[in-house]
Amino acid sequence: MDKFLTFTVIGLSTSAIYAVISSGLVLTYTTTGVFNFAHGAQGMIAAFAYWQLRFAWGWPAPLALATVLLVLAPLFGALLERVIMRGLADASEAVRLVVSISLLVGLIGLAQVIWPPGESRPMSTFFAGRQIRVWSTAVTAHQLITFACALAVAVGLRLLLHRTRIGVSMRAIVDDRPLLLLNGARTDRVALLSWAIGASLAALGGILIAPAIALDAPSLSLLIVNAYAAAIFGRLRSIPLTFVGAIVIGLTEAYLFGYLPTGNTALAGLRLAAPAILLFVVLLVLPNRRLRTGVRSRERFPCPTRAGALLFSGSVFVAGIVMATTMSRPDLVTYGKVFSFGIIALSLVPLVGYAGQISLCQLSFAGIGAVVMAHVGGASGSPLGLVLAAVVAAAVGALVALPALRLSGIYLALATAAFAVALDRWVFNLPAVRIGPLRLRLFDLGSVDVAPLRLFGYRFDSPRAQMLLAAGAFALLALGVSAVRRGRLGRRLLAMRDSEAACATFGMDLVRTRLAVFTLSAAIAGVGGAIYATQLSSITPGNFDLVSGLPIFMLVVVGGAGMVGGALFAGIGLQGLLPALARLSSLLARWQTIAPALAGLGLGRNPSGAASDVTVALAPLRRDAPVLGAMLAAMGLLWAGRLAGAFGGWPFLAGLVVALAVAAAVAQHRAGAVGAVGAVDAVDAAGPAPAAAAATATVPAPAPVPAAPPATAAPPVPALEWMGITQPWTADAVAALDRVLGLPEEGVRGGAAHG
Amino acid sequence: MARLTVEHLVVRFGGCQALDDASIVAEAGHVTGLIGPNGAGKTTLFNVISGLVTPKSGRVVVDGRDITHLSPTKRGRAGVARTFQRLELFGMLSVRENLLVAAETQQRWARAGDDVAARVEGLLERLGLADVAGELATSLPTGLCRRVEVGRALAAKPRVLLLDEPAAGQDDAETRSFATLLRQVAADDVAVVLVEHDVRLVMGSCDVVNVLDGGRVLACGTPDEVQHDDAVLSAYLGAGRPA
Ligand SMILES: Nc1ncnc2c1ncn2[C@@H]1O[C@H](COP(=O)(O)OP(=O)(O)OP(=O)(O)O)[C@@H](O)[C@H]1O
Ligand SMILES: [Mg+2]
Repeated sequence: MDKFLTFTVIGLSTSAIYAVISSGLVLTYTTTGVFNFAHGAQGMIAAFAYWQLRFAWGWPAPLALATVLLVLAPLFGALLERVIMRGLADASEAVRLVVSISLLVGLIGLAQVIWPPGESRPMSTFFAGRQIRVWSTAVTAHQLITFACALAVAVGLRLLLHRTRIGVSMRAIVDDRPLLLLNGARTDRVALLSWAIGASLAALGGILIAPAIALDAPSLSLLIVNAYAAAIFGRLRSIPLTFVGAIVIGLTEAYLFGYLPTGNTALAGLRLAAPAILLFVVLLVLPNRRLRTGVRSRERFPCPTRAGALLFSGSVFVAGIVMATTMSRPDLVTYGKVFSFGIIALSLVPLVGYAGQISLCQLSFAGIGAVVMAHVGGASGSPLGLVLAAVVAAAVGALVALPALRLSGIYLALATAAFAVALDRWVFNLPAVRIGPLRLRLFDLGSVDVAPLRLFGYRFDSPRAQMLLAAGAFALLALGVSAVRRGRLGRRLLAMRDSEAACATFGMDLVRTRLAVFTLSAAIAGVGGAIYATQLSSITPGNFDLVSGLPIFMLVVVGGAGMVGGALFAGIGLQGLLPALARLSSLLARWQTIAPALAGLGLGRNPSGAASDVTVALAPLRRDAPVLGAMLAAMGLLWAGRLAGAFGGWPFLAGLVVALAVAAAVAQHRAGAVGAVGAVDAVDAAGPAPAAAAATATVPAPAPVPAAPPATAAPPVPALEWMGITQPWTADAVAALDRVLGLPEEGVRGGAAHG
Repeated sequence: MARLTVEHLVVRFGGCQALDDASIVAEAGHVTGLIGPNGAGKTTLFNVISGLVTPKSGRVVVDGRDITHLSPTKRGRAGVARTFQRLELFGMLSVRENLLVAAETQQRWARAGDDVAARVEGLLERLGLADVAGELATSLPTGLCRRVEVGRALAAKPRVLLLDEPAAGQDDAETRSFATLLRQVAADDVAVVLVEHDVRLVMGSCDVVNVLDGGRVLACGTPDEVQHDDAVLSAYLGAGRPA
């Protein structure tokens, strides 16, 4: 009985913290429609700030608390709303998601820059040592304060939402935002206020919980998973239900902690993963959603032609050869991962780009592929390992997808994130599991060695061979993914992305289609993971956790999820550009984790991603055989020079970049001169341009080319703007203009007639 | 037995009674008109038939089979195809692909062995979409978009075809050729249900016209009968006669 009481008190105090955090989450979601993945990270930053003031600088606790909760946190929340979230009102769900995930990753990175991990930062509880006795159990002063805070938050929110004018507007926004706007309510002010309050609540939760779990950026930020489960209990709307959810989750955790037999590693992990599993379960009992209709996405991804896809893959492979022949051994080890990460990123192209689904657990599938490669491939590196990596990952992908099929958008993102957390906190840390005659080995409670792949008697054991293998595999899989886009499955996926309701009217089995794309995508991720594992040669669960996987999702969307070039962009960005920057300066190295986050935050401006911009920019070059030939010749000369040792790696890279840039500019200029015949032609040509993102691949090492989209989107626009000036204004031109702008020309005419 | 029978449908959205005991019948080979002022519940009726809205009570029967509790996909496979008033085209696919994906899907579940590509080319030709077949569907003017919607519905070889204002945004010549097309489609053993504000199209192409107002069927009869029905006249005059 004592034990029960003790754990009840512990559980309730955790519940109280979850309730505080998740009610802030609900508040911001309901009033602005942005699900703030970074909510927990805001709490984490606040906990660090409090530690800095209170313990590093020795401020008195009340002053430090007031500064963080009443000044810093609300200011930060309001700033986020103003600078980042406000622009997202009309953005698609994936874009919003990427922005808030970027914020999460960016804040973790920022915390690690300011407060480098590895130092100990003791943080004591409030009134440490003081406690009272309730019946037979002790309740600490810290726990009492926690309860009081939760109670105050509950009462305060209730009063705010039901008794104040602005609170009533907050509740009304949920129901009907446009109507409220018509009535002249200031939704801007409401949003600002709710983000400020939300940030304070996150900060309060972070400060309360930090003494219980060490002051560590990722684990504090991921506390959100626990708080999110509570918020989902309240369907992201109801604050009372959120409190109920928080109590259920806090108690479950505490009882698991108290009553599960200790000494069993399998069960120890289960405790950590319990909230994630609960979240998954809660998501599954959500009521059926309605079929999606009318997704008017701003994204435009040209359909790749067969020639374009071949050119892309060919260029990637040639780039792999050039890299393999010109790089030093350590460089080969570092940059070889561009391609294996590229494959993992490629798995998101059919899923996110074509089908409009969301998955945050692709790196977990890669982890499964890696484990299978390690054990099935064995010491000899049998290719069976690679095959089974795909098969097993696909099977697990289907298993995850089946229950998650009813979910979409933010819920799907949460379910897949919960799955990733359950894997990296629990399953990946299991000892060997025996299921009947099968003995499944995972990471063997630490790290596993992975032997290089052996194919047709050849052992890919040098970094050079591994780079060629990864580049080749990426090229082949990219061809396959492009072929999917051109085929039946691809059409079904794109159709489903735009309107599930319309798909159902001609009898499409939506469940099967979603299952197919999840399975395919998991299989690709599994292969990517297996190849990545052979490059690492020794793998740990940490290589495949949720936080490491998030930047892949972000960068694929930033690069353009609808095109295989987007995957290459993610690979280059994460495993090429970042290590290269880190090598250039150690200062930049510390900012590594923040860079992709910044890219993600900029996404709102350009939802189609960088790859389609690059495609458009390089389209003239692709059609201009003489310039293309000259460029390739120049690159060939550079390569020969590098092989002969005439110059080093950096000048070589710079030469290639310059060659590409000059060639693209010349081709652009020449196309402009020829294209003066008809601006309309230029517009048409730029539109359905095939996937010539290829040429990015001819830049062997991490090149800044794909990362510089702003200047490149230019070509079609001037043509339109100059219409009627450089050529006569004709009805054709008007029609073309209408078409490009997607204007319903009839609508305008009809409206005038009615008026 | 009628191809499509809808009986006693009741749908309520909050305080708004969108359908109030609405019943209609559509015969194969006929074009059945469905007219009524804005907000009469026409689109809601289509949504109930195709399974996007669940009615409070009432039945939807196709060929004697009660489909009231089937999923939208299963209804699609029972032969109920439709177009959407607020266009639901696949914006990332070309016009041809919009039709192709419907035809391929139908071929797959019907296990038919026909030549999908040829069928789609034929449809594009019939709908006058051959010239724009390669363009992205959303880049077209609304009039054309509506025809793409019709083409996509036809590509699924429907037995019941629900058209929600398919002629909006088309000029006179286009509307006339569209009326001819409707008659041809119906003659192919399809029950066509047409929601339209263009009175000439309705009167010119329908065999039977149902008049809906406030979620109720006010009148049902041949175009001639309906035009002279007192209840209909008062409803229309009350609600503002459409162009
Ligand atoms: N999803 C919904 N939620 C709430 N009310 C709805 C919804 N859909 C329709 N309504 C209401 O139901 C009524 C019938 O709408 P419906 O769209 O069926 O009319 P309609 O006859 O198609 O009109 P129109 O000629 O303008 O297309 C309207 O009052 C409308 O406001
Ligand atoms: Mg309507």
